Parts: sequence; C-alpha cells; structure tokens
Amino acid sequence: MSAPRPPAVALEGVDKRFGAGDTAVDALTGIDLTVAAGEFVSLIGPSGCGKSTLLRIIANLIDPSAGSVLVNGKPARQARLDQDYGIAFQQAGLLEWRTVQANVELPLALHGLGRAERGRQARELLELVGLAEFGGHRPSQLSGGMQQRVAIARALARRPALLLMDEPFGALDEMTRERMQSELIRICTETRAAVVFVTHSIPEAVFLSQRAVVMSPRPGRITDVIEVPPGTRDEDFREADAFYATITEVREALRGRTREGSP
Amino acid sequence: MRTGAVWSGRIFAGLWPPLLFGVGFLLLWEVFVLLRDIEPFVLPKPSAIFEQLRENLGPILTATWDTGRNALVGLALGLAAGLLAALLASRLRVLEELLTPLTAAAAAIPIVALTPILNTMFASTSSTPRRLIVMIYVFFPIFINTLKGLRQIDPVHSELMRSYAASPWTTTRVVRLPGALPYFFTGLKIASSGAVIAAIVSEYFGGLQQGLGPAITSAAAASAYPRAWAIVTAAIALGLIFYIAAVLAERLAMPWQRPQGELT
Amino acid sequence: MLLLALILLAGAWELYKLLAPDDGVSIGDSLVLPRSDDASMPHLTRVIEVFGEQEVAGVAGGGTVLASVVDAVWYSLRLAVAGFVAGVVVGFLLALAMQRVRVVERALLPWVVLSQTVPLIALAPLVYGWSGNLSLFGLEWQPWMSVSVIAAYLAFFPVAIGALRGLSSPPPVQTELLAACAASWWQTLLRLRLPASVGYLIPALKLAAASAIVGAIVAEISIGLSGGIGRLIISYAQQATGDPARIYAPIVGAAAMGVVAVGLVSLLGIALRRYQPQESV
Repeated sequence: MSAPRPPAVALEGVDKRFGAGDTAVDALTGIDLTVAAGEFVSLIGPSGCGKSTLLRIIANLIDPSAGSVLVNGKPARQARLDQDYGIAFQQAGLLEWRTVQANVELPLALHGLGRAERGRQARELLELVGLAEFGGHRPSQLSGGMQQRVAIARALARRPALLLMDEPFGALDEMTRERMQSELIRICTETRAAVVFVTHSIPEAVFLSQRAVVMSPRPGRITDVIEVPPGTRDEDFREADAFYATITEVREALRGRTREGSP
Repeated sequence: MRTGAVWSGRIFAGLWPPLLFGVGFLLLWEVFVLLRDIEPFVLPKPSAIFEQLRENLGPILTATWDTGRNALVGLALGLAAGLLAALLASRLRVLEELLTPLTAAAAAIPIVALTPILNTMFASTSSTPRRLIVMIYVFFPIFINTLKGLRQIDPVHSELMRSYAASPWTTTRVVRLPGALPYFFTGLKIASSGAVIAAIVSEYFGGLQQGLGPAITSAAAASAYPRAWAIVTAAIALGLIFYIAAVLAERLAMPWQRPQGELT
Repeated sequence: MLLLALILLAGAWELYKLLAPDDGVSIGDSLVLPRSDDASMPHLTRVIEVFGEQEVAGVAGGGTVLASVVDAVWYSLRLAVAGFVAGVVVGFLLALAMQRVRVVERALLPWVVLSQTVPLIALAPLVYGWSGNLSLFGLEWQPWMSVSVIAAYLAFFPVAIGALRGLSSPPPVQTELLAACAASWWQTLLRLRLPASVGYLIPALKLAAASAIVGAIVAEISIGLSGGIGRLIISYAQQATGDPARIYAPIVGAAAMGVVAVGLVSLLGIALRRYQPQESV
C-alpha cells in the first residue's frame, strides 16, 4: 500500500457561537475529534446538541467561531473547493426537473467532466446503489427510499474519501431504514470512504459505526465516545448480544451516567 | 404509455361537468330569450349571435388581428422587461427594495387610465400607446412572480450547491432558474389573458379607430346588438387563444410537473 | 422606499425631458422613444399647478380643476363601491356553494376561471343598452347600474377564488377533529373555515377593490356615462391641445382612488390581523 492516508477529519478546540451579546447561544464548545481514513463514526445526541452544526462545520457550510478543522489533512475550505467530501441530507434534495441520471451527473458536470465520461460514471454509481434501471425516471416517480439512494449515489459521485451524512434515513420507515443501513455498509466497504453520520437513532448508530460519538446540549459538547465491538454487520449482528450491550452503553451515556470501567 | 391513458381518462372525467354546464347554459339562454320575448338590445339569442359572427367574419377577423397584434407585441415587450428586472432584482438588493413598493402601488392604480398620457407622448394615430399599456400591464405579474421564484430556494439545494463550491451564477443557472419556472408560468398565465384585456380596454380611451373595442362601440351605437355580441365572442376567443398558448408553453417547458386536471 | 422610488421616477422624467430630442426618437415610421416637448411631457410642476386652475378659464365663480376631480372621484367611487359590495357577496356565495357541493365546484370553477382569462369587459358598451329598457323588480334600470355591474363583475372573481381557497384551507386534521366533535356544517364554517379563510380573503379583497375601480372607470368611458372620473379623463384628453398638463389631473385622481380603495381594505385587514398568518402584509 501507499503512504499512510491523513485522517479524514481532524477537529481541534472547535467552538461555535450563534448571535452576539446577551442572546448569543453556544452551539458547540471545545470539540476535539479525529476520524481516521475509512472509519465510520456516528454523531448521536438529543435535538439541539449541535451534531448537525458540527457536520456543517466539517463540510465548511458554516465557519466555526474558533478551533481548527482539517479534512483529508487540508483546511476545510480547501477540502470543499477540492471536492474531497460528498454530502447527503435528511431530504434527498434532488432537482425535480432533472432525471435520476442527470441528478447523479450534476456534481460531475459542475466540475467539467465530459458528457460521455460522466454518463458512464453515473451509470456505475446507480448500479452501486441498486437503481441501474431507473436512470431515466424523474425523482417524483421514485419512493422516498429510492430518492435517498439517488442522493447517496450523488454524494459518492466524485469518489470522495469522506462521506458526510445528516440523518439521511430519518424520514424513512423502519423496514426501509434497516435495508438502507445494510446497503450503506456494503457501499462503504466497496468505496473505502470514511463516514461521519449524524443520527438520533441509537440502534442505527451502533449498527453502522465503529465509534459512536455521544453529544449533549447547552452547550453542545462531546460527552462520551463509545467503541462498537468489531464484527460483520449482517442481519445476525442486529440480534447479537454485543449489539444490545452497546446499545445499552450508548443509551446510558446519553442519559449522562458513565458506567464503571468505561473510558 | 399507461399513465397517458389514465391521464386522458381523468381529463375526460374532469371535463364533463363544466361541458354539461356550458351547453346547458347556452340552451337555457336561447330558450329564455325565446319564451320571454326579450329584445335583442337587452340580450340577443346565441343563435343570432353566431349568425352575425358568420356573416361578418371578415371585418371581425381584421379587428381581432389588430387587437391581437397589439396584445402580442405588448406581451413580448412586457415579458422581456419583467424577466430582466426580476433577474437583476434577485441579484441587486437595492433594485428589489425600489421596485417592490412600486409594484404594490401599481397594483392599486388603474394602469389603463394612463392611455391618454401615452397618446400625447406618442402619436395617438399609432398603435404604440396601446402596446405600451399592454407592456406596463404585463410587466408586473411577470416581475413579481418570477422574482418570488428566484428568491425561493430549497435550503437543501443551496447547501448542496455550496458543498459543490459552485459559483453564484452556476447556482442561478442550475437551481434558481429551473426552480423559478413554475412561478414564472403562473405570472405568464395571468399576463397572457391580461394582455388581451388591456389591449381592448386601451382602445376605449380614444386614438385609432381599429381593433375590437371600437368595433363593439360602433356596432352598439348602430343598435346592431347581435353583431356587437358577435364581436365580443371574437374577443373571448382571442383571450382564450392567449391563455391556452400560455398553458401549452408551461406544459412543454416543464415536463417533470405532473399534469393537473385544473385550469388554474 | 416608495418615496425614494417615486422621486427617482420623477427625476428620470425630468432628465429625459432635458436630454431627449423634442420630437422623440423614431425607427423608421414608428416612434420608439416619446416626444419630450412641453405639449407631450409637461414639467411635473405644471401638473401640480393645474389642480389649482379654474376649470373653465376666465369664468369667475367656476370650480377649480381640483374641485371637479374630487367631485368626479367621489361619484365614481360610490359606483365602484356598489359594484364591489355586489361582487363580494356574489363571489363569496359562489365560493360557499363550491366548497359545500363538490359537483358545483367541478361544474362552475372552470367557467369562473375562464371568465377571467377572456375579455368579458368588452361587454361594457352592451350593458348600456339595458338602461331605460329594462326594469328589475319594478326598478327602472339606471345607467349607473351598468357601471356598477361591470365593477361587480371584475370584483367577484378574486373573491370567489380567494374565498374558495380559504374555505378549503383547513387541513384534514382540523376538519376531522370538528367532525369527531359532531360539529354541524354551519359550526364548522363559523369556527373553522371562516377564520381560516381571512388570510386568503384580505389579499383577494384588495385585488377586488382595485379591479372594481378599473371596472367603474372603463365602464364609464365605454358607456359614456358622465359625472365620473372616467368621463373626465376623456373630456380633458380632448382639451389636450389647449392645456396638455390638464390630462394628468384626472389620472392622478384615478390613481388616488385606487390607493384609497385598497387602503380601506388594508384597514380591514389590520382589524382582522388576529386571524392572519404572521408574515402576510
């Protein structure tokens, strides 16, 4: 293998304060977090804990008030300009006037890829998310889960080393959601991308990630980082004792109780 | 193809109540006039109106063409001006701040009453004043609706475009313009029928003696009421043509919009 | 901001007068930029002066131009209000019927919409034929009624559409809640649909007020009814050769009339502010 890859994300002393004076709100304080290349990390916490804000700071959609943000070893802004990450939101956010294929091609077209090449890549991506036959459809003809897959294919279009996801399965029903989680695991194994995944579902965080970062609000901060035991993420894992034990651990961390013996 | 069949089926199902009402209305009208023996200056029979329409088809078509041309030229000018102003106002805050209160004021005042002013500023013996009235009339719905559409952007789309490091112009081209299309067409549908109305009304304010308005007044003055009604029918047809053209343009430009069985 | 915009417009007017050639700019035979001599574009100060002049020059004791414009506006405004009220009542009842009975909506709505896409205002000169020849419930048809009918016709449409949207605006959660409480249709109307429709009705009424004014003015002109602002516009326009600035007086009057009418509806909107969503102006 080549030289060791820089960490996908490196945050140091990140603060974010909205507003000024008496009405200022501390959305995030003292965030330190490193996500290794290829690692899957979830951010979990109650509403208002700043997990989505943190994701947007990594994506350079908003600027932190203090601290340093490195993505792939570069400042976050440079990483955004270089398209080092792909992003997906809770709403699929597809452009309804474009076909599914054209939606996936959008980031490729914006960065000057030729028509034939981006068509080929978009077809590959649609195949990857299992929508090979739907390239010619309009977004409004697809179900919510299918639209979200298109959004993931679009996020993967530039072969990013980092995938940022903001509750992408939050609006889906439970069955679709579990199927999408398994799909995501498979896709990440194939693309070897690191993922920062915002969620408020404990089982989802445990099933997907190698580490679950637990956050709490007022002010938004990291209270705990819980390692999920390694193991193949298949349907058996959903019923394994290790899965349940970790869920309990995360739940208690969210309640603010630290169990004895945990780091 | 199946969806097409379903759709035309739905159209048909949606079409029969208004069709029934329309035919019934005309029949009742005819019978009512016959039975109550109503004079033609109050209300002519539909059959008499259609007969007049057939007999005077030539002159009526000429008048329709004169009015229609004014409406079309004015509509094109107003469309261009409204679109340009909306594009500029969506990028320049100052322009928006200046134009928005003006459009609110313009909504309150009767724009067609400006015709005599334009008649003296331009030659009242030309069609220019009438076309300008149509242009001013059309400008506002186009401007207001297009600007609303350009301002409205799904927050997800704007974050997405920022994550792509896309320039403001790229964002306008890829997201804002297509997203503004439904709003623009709402404005165009109002403007297209408004153009015909403004063109006819401006003819009542003096100036050239051509077009549908003077034709109606002179027919009425000659007590040829069925003929006047026949000219009104032509005016209605002209308005319909403009409106339907706008609806068709909308369908063509936005194939991704599911067709709706409504006329609005 | 409106003031600034108006000042800029006035400045542009005077600047154009200063810079542009007196007989305008023509391409071929048609004038593309207007003539800028005093006869075509009077100074704005002239337009203000006109209001103070005697209407008939040299006749002592005659009213000023301002007085006759105010008189005419008052006359037309009454006709427009009569039409507005009739149009609002008809439009609202129509909306109620369409909301209540689905098949009425399906049969009528396309025609209501269609009636606005076509220039039915062309009918105005024909409605005049009714006066002196028609009596309704023992009342002789008066020419002013023709004007009000046209105003009413232009006013009814925005009300019908706005009221229909407003009355059907409550989401299923709310209608189902009332149905679960066994509320009658009348109770649902009074407690839910009417309050919910205020936010839709106020803009519709503003539109209707402006349309009623346009209808009244256009009807006066095409019917030839004297006494109102529409007729005044025409008669001053015919005197334009003598005093070009004079046409502007009744047109300013007509604009003021529209602003007053819409302003009155806005007052109603402020009174009913409680029922409106916050951001609507």
